[in-house]
Amino acid sequence: MSKAKIIVVGGGLSGLMATMQIAEKGINVDLLSLVPVKRSHSVCAQGGINAALDTKGEGDSTWEHFDDTIYGGDFLANQSSVKKMCEAAPGLIYTMDRMGVMFSRTVEGLIDLRNFGGQKNKRTAFAGATTGAQLEYCCDEQVRKHEASGLVKKFEGWEFLSAIIDEQGICRGCIAQNLVTMEIHPFKGDAVILATGGGGMIYAKSTTSTICTGSAAGAIFQQGAYLANMEFVQIHPTAMLGDDKTRLMSESARGDGGRIWTYKDGKPWYFLEEMYPAYGNLVPRDIASRAIYNVCVEMGLGIDGENQVYLDLTHLPTEFLDRRLGGIIEIYEKFNGDDPRKVPMKIFPGIHYFMGGIHVNENHMTCIPGLFASGECDYMYHGANRLGANSLLSALYSGTISGPAAIKHINGLNKLSNELENKCFDQELHRQIEYNEKIVRMNGKENPYNLHEELGEKMRANVGVVRNNKDLQANECFIREIKERWNNINMVDCLGYSNQVISFTKELKNMIEMAHAITIGALIRNESRGSHYKTDFPERNDDEFLRTSKSRYTQNGPMIEWEEVDISIINPRKRSYGEDKEAAQNGE
Amino acid sequence: MENRHIKLKIKRQDSPDSLPWWEEFCIPYKPNMNIVSVLMEIRKNPVNSKGEKTNPVVWECNCLEEVCGACSMLINGIPKQACASLIDKIYEKTGFEKKIVLEPLKKFPVIRDLTIDRHSMFDNLKRIKAWVSVDGSFAIGRGPRFAEREQKWAYVISRCMTCGCCQEACPNVNPKSNFIGPSAIAQVRLFNTHPIGAMHKEIRLNALMSNGGIQECGNAQNCRKVCPKEIPLTTHIAALNRDTVKYSIWRWFSE
Repeated sequence: MSKAKIIVVGGGLSGLMATMQIAEKGINVDLLSLVPVKRSHSVCAQGGINAALDTKGEGDSTWEHFDDTIYGGDFLANQSSVKKMCEAAPGLIYTMDRMGVMFSRTVEGLIDLRNFGGQKNKRTAFAGATTGAQLEYCCDEQVRKHEASGLVKKFEGWEFLSAIIDEQGICRGCIAQNLVTMEIHPFKGDAVILATGGGGMIYAKSTTSTICTGSAAGAIFQQGAYLANMEFVQIHPTAMLGDDKTRLMSESARGDGGRIWTYKDGKPWYFLEEMYPAYGNLVPRDIASRAIYNVCVEMGLGIDGENQVYLDLTHLPTEFLDRRLGGIIEIYEKFNGDDPRKVPMKIFPGIHYFMGGIHVNENHMTCIPGLFASGECDYMYHGANRLGANSLLSALYSGTISGPAAIKHINGLNKLSNELENKCFDQELHRQIEYNEKIVRMNGKENPYNLHEELGEKMRANVGVVRNNKDLQANECFIREIKERWNNINMVDCLGYSNQVISFTKELKNMIEMAHAITIGALIRNESRGSHYKTDFPERNDDEFLRTSKSRYTQNGPMIEWEEVDISIINPRKRSYGEDKEAAQNGE
Repeated sequence: MENRHIKLKIKRQDSPDSLPWWEEFCIPYKPNMNIVSVLMEIRKNPVNSKGEKTNPVVWECNCLEEVCGACSMLINGIPKQACASLIDKIYEKTGFEKKIVLEPLKKFPVIRDLTIDRHSMFDNLKRIKAWVSVDGSFAIGRGPRFAEREQKWAYVISRCMTCGCCQEACPNVNPKSNFIGPSAIAQVRLFNTHPIGAMHKEIRLNALMSNGGIQECGNAQNCRKVCPKEIPLTTHIAALNRDTVKYSIWRWFSE
């Protein structure tokens, strides 16, 4: 009998965790990644990772963490899965600690915890302000150990193009392209786990890395997988302005005492502290972003008349800042020139994270058997708004679910991929080779990079912090138009070796399909919930919309279906951050 | 500021086997640009300074905030992250509109234009066993306590993003040697300091003392100057020199 193999696509936290879990069971993994895995986007996460370690004498609990997460997500997340994640969190942190993550420490050598938005207790473990990088490096090291032992084979510099699906509709591997030689190759596998991250690049300017195009999710969407809750895109309240990207200034800056303000009547106005006395600067991100947007755009009170407010650390001791926030202070200093220890930072909300993503069941399997998704590319844990420091947690945790679930799937298969006839592999390979040839020959007038910029500009304007149906309809028309214009792209690079324009053109196609799903989701959801705020429907409407939107691809655009949310543990209640939140009492 | 331009001279190469050549570009100036954002302008309109159509310049980048280590290149001869190299800062040194020269790092094989193959650096991490050996990735309770005092300096080493700048600057990393280079050596100190990692420190010290190891360091001190994460690489190399000497004496007596 031939040996089973699992393909993991993506070398960020979720993909590496899934890989580790599979390799530990002695099963071979092919790990595909666009970049050397150590350069994955997880390295950009700064502030920390949530776990109710309860080492601060506050009586924190996994129940409180669960309640904060569900409440913060405006009750749209499936509760059973979130509860399991919060319960697993302390164990995960301790595991990462054993593996060597350089977490910041307390005086007696325990993992230190800091405050974060939308939660009252100190619950966020951190390593300075580079927590994502530290966790990613640790997982990279562990996977390198398995690579050295031969269980894991890395394919770095390969791009996922599509899933291979057999006649019975089961996923049997994937087609990927080598970004240097441009070779297109079928990878046979008995399960495929996509851990391909979010799609910030759909908005062109965001806090994400350039590889975060959502292209892989867009590809399997067109192959029949569902996307879910795509209208929920997190806009981080504190990002640096920039032409090439909006750089994240971590929420930990506020967790450690940073204050947001602007001038009103010639005096500093700490508007978050005034509007939300209970949580102040630590309201969740959707709330803070809307407040900053209102102060700048509606009230015209931005600093120097521009769309920007201050994030102020100058009242905090320099030694404390260097130790706790050195990572972000460096970034600000380098890219802006001002020293945040002495001058308040200028910030404005920026596109940051996709709460929505590939629809999966509680085992992280898509509707295509054998095809899994975990990490930011799935939709599972954050509902309508993600709490800060829950993303590193969901990335790691989902990898501990998708990996073992993929093994379970393999154990139930009658035949492994190696024992199948070559038909389904050849068919998909030929489809991708033909598509590639079409792209290479594209001889129109549009430059793909300019087209992308236009897409991003429209998405930021029409599907951003504040939305309305008129703009969303206009955006939908634009998306249909840009789909046509994509066909008129010009292949501006005429070499057949390490040609980045070929892969970008393919990614752009998938980004446009994803943008369509985001727009339609936002258009149909006539309510305001979490990050999705519509001026024409400013209230949450549980009767109609306490539902997951599921987007199905058709040639004529995405079709939306609705699915009930798992609210089996706590009853939905009004979400407000003006007063202290009482955790729900039902349950344990 | 109208009509000002950024002039670039870029070393280009179509493939690993072909010969390099130079091409110049002229990009309209905007405040706050960096090398990556200038390269992005080229691909939107791939035309050289003579007005001829050309292939867009190929380079590597990802995070654009100097965390991922992808965009290392030689900028006016110095190994740096392109994203964090602000045009205005470069001009402060050289004068406005002075030509900026971009080249791929020279210690690594070129793939195309400014992209290079750095997989040897990741292989070096395998050679020194750069990981903490644990029983598994499952939860079995709290990890060991670790003093804040130690964490403070070890954390700085753990910020290494394997960008290759120190390899580039080190005269002892060259085609004639198989020196693992400064960054991999410093990683040994990180893993030998962690309470669980320290249980296997001899394995890493042995690796450091083998062919291409710490003895190849000529103490040129260049690595420390170019490290974008300001890791005091030479301090760690000196400490490991002491550790390996102590260990070899111990090994000699215990044999």
